[in-house]
Amino acid sequence: MKKNVKLKIAFISIYLLFLIVSFICGYNPGKEIAFNLISFLLEMLKILPCVFILIGLFEVWVKKEVIEKHLGEKSGIKGYVWVILLAGTIAGGLLVAFPVAYSLYNKGAKLSIVFTYIGAAAICRIPMTLYEASFMGVKFTAIRLLVSLPLVIITSILLGEYLTKRNYKMVEGK
Amino acid sequence: MYYTYTITGLILIISFIINKQKTLKAIRIAVVKFKKIFPTFITMIILISIILFLFPDEVISNYLGNSSKFISVLLASLFGSITLMPGFLAFPLCGILLTKGVPYIVLSAFTTTLMMVGIITFPIEKEYFGAEVTIIRNIISFFIALIVAVITGIFFGEIFL
Repeated sequence: MKKNVKLKIAFISIYLLFLIVSFICGYNPGKEIAFNLISFLLEMLKILPCVFILIGLFEVWVKKEVIEKHLGEKSGIKGYVWVILLAGTIAGGLLVAFPVAYSLYNKGAKLSIVFTYIGAAAICRIPMTLYEASFMGVKFTAIRLLVSLPLVIITSILLGEYLTKRNYKMVEGK
Repeated sequence: MYYTYTITGLILIISFIINKQKTLKAIRIAVVKFKKIFPTFITMIILISIILFLFPDEVISNYLGNSSKFISVLLASLFGSITLMPGFLAFPLCGILLTKGVPYIVLSAFTTTLMMVGIITFPIEKEYFGAEVTIIRNIISFFIALIVAVITGIFFGEIFL
């Protein structure tokens, strides 16, 4: 583990050094990479603090029984509807979906629901879908949603069952 | 994006009024969780900054517009799987590609893999789900994206079965 950390620090230092030297010498590729880094970092910093605070509030306020009842082993079809609606309204895509999914799992949501959440967060966030339709047309977006969403649910159920059989447990930050 | 901050702020204030102790605990949880994932997160953003440089818009549109449909779909899904592009960049790009005559089936493969498959988010996903599950989920997502692309192609009359 320690060696890993050292490697990471070395990698980041070389990367930053490269960016700084690029700026001093006016090396364009380096400048472009720096620009990519900053724009992406800003975009993520806009949303990540909110997400983690909401996760914190969720962990403190929402009782385990509530999640178990609505998204747990005995939740049925309604559980999938709930979790897709939840995914549709939360911004941020896959990156944000992982920590949220982990919290849901910890509160007692079953695995198939957790995977449905991740899939749905990737493909059917409402603001993004509207944005997509404005560029690609409603037909394109509708086909994408109608085909991918059922597939996400079916594969999530299969994956959930497979992992439950194998006694899979999620562990944060191993 | 401002609405996320407004809503989070409001919820935080309400929570604070109801129970100060619990709210402070929530903030502590948020900080601890954020700290835990932050190093992985930074590494990932660095990788993204390099990959976006290696595959700029021009390169992507060059490859997607100039070969057979079959190859284009494959390339599109590979590009989509490797890169991670926020929607506000990806869809305008696809809109431009559409006017350049890139078929819907190719764009569908590109956008769907872009959204669902994350080779570059692998380090983060692995932290939560473990490597094996991450690989399985991404492979499944890749095939879902291909199915979506083919059906899109059928509906837009771009492929004939």
